[in-house]
Amino acid sequence: MTERARRTVLTAGLLGLLALLGWALADLPPFGTSPPTLGGLLAGRSLEDTHATNAVASIVFDYRAADTLGEEFILFAAVAGIALLLRAQRDEVEATSEDAAPGRDVPPTSDAVHLAGVVFSGGAVLLGGYTIVHGHLTPGGGFQGGVVLAGALLMLYVADDYDTFQRITSMRLLEREEAVGAGLFALVGLAGIVGGTGFLANFLPLGTPGRLVSAGTVPLLNLAVGLAVAAGSVLIVDEFLEQALRIRQRS
Amino acid sequence: MNVLIAIALLLVAAAGLAVVRERDPLRMAIAVSVQGVVLALLFLLLQAPEVAFAQVVVGTIVIPLMTLFAFVKIHGGAR
Amino acid sequence: MTLLAYAVAGWLLLVGIWGIATSRNLLHQILCFSVLHSSSYVLLVAVGYRRDAAPPVFVDAPPGTPVVDPVVQALTMTDSVVGTTVLVLLLALAIQAHKRTGTLDPDELTAVEG
Repeated sequence: MTERARRTVLTAGLLGLLALLGWALADLPPFGTSPPTLGGLLAGRSLEDTHATNAVASIVFDYRAADTLGEEFILFAAVAGIALLLRAQRDEVEATSEDAAPGRDVPPTSDAVHLAGVVFSGGAVLLGGYTIVHGHLTPGGGFQGGVVLAGALLMLYVADDYDTFQRITSMRLLEREEAVGAGLFALVGLAGIVGGTGFLANFLPLGTPGRLVSAGTVPLLNLAVGLAVAAGSVLIVDEFLEQALRIRQRS
Repeated sequence: MNVLIAIALLLVAAAGLAVVRERDPLRMAIAVSVQGVVLALLFLLLQAPEVAFAQVVVGTIVIPLMTLFAFVKIHGGAR
Repeated sequence: MTLLAYAVAGWLLLVGIWGIATSRNLLHQILCFSVLHSSSYVLLVAVGYRRDAAPPVFVDAPPGTPVVDPVVQALTMTDSVVGTTVLVLLLALAIQAHKRTGTLDPDELTAVEG
């Protein structure tokens, strides 16, 4: 099909989609008047059911915890998939930075960048840890805090060069941390069968709302998700960096 | 409040158009990052702080970083 | 005002599809997919919004206060995580496609080789 013909078909299709969209979106309730359905019911009951002041956290980790389990394992599978896709193939070799420009060193990062990277890295670790631990109290949670923690590790790559970063990520610690995160989620779920009413039931004592140790299994699941996401994100970035900076055609 | 939400919505629409119209991959990464921040602003105005946090974190750390690494790998840093 | 929120979601959807269909660069296509995905976030959070309501956090608000819908926010968060994961996988695939065929133009990547 020529370019012109393709664009004509595309425009016709998009106009048809626009008509259908307009028809569908006109039936939605007017903006700003959310009807009192399941959301309103759960918002009213979440504090007394789970003693978690963050209603979204109680939905994600208690009422609909099975969805989060699925999302957790999607991330796990994605890390495995990327490690598989971006591995060194048969006709490639993993070089060092010296091989590309022999006799020259990688120029060291300037002192300002070094200092800024280290300072921000420390701050990001604090922010990430705080967000994960307070996920059931204030907006935030395992996923957001986990990516902030991964960002803290990436700051170290910005502050120094890839060799330093690889020294951190080549430790088996990261892979084990990701496995621990995903496994902890599943274990808490199985413990729900033993100690409570079913898989992923909130069986631990609920405590008083607003305290750090409250809401039963919700902070535990937050921690599990935070660990898995942080480790998974760093592993993904490490794969991409290795692919971009190290893996070359075998010449 | 309504005016702020309307402005944020228009900014989101403009940022989406900017990402699609921009063909240079490096500038696209910045445009996507801007779209992430503007989306987070919209979510904050619509009283959804947790979603805003997730959007900021994803749109400024994960997506531009991955795009840049893919670009460096593909074009060999020769730009 | 009623129309604007849903219209922006529809606009992002259409613009994203147009970008994907008329793209000449695999990386650009993947980022247009991200725009397409963000239209679903806007629609979900806009549906849950309630005028003059508070965010669904009860740290210092008694449990009876009108809040926006927390279920759609949970849905949007899951959507965001899965969308990011898919995007990163697509980027890895684009890298491999470029390595195999030397081009990023989707029009030339039509042949399926074993």
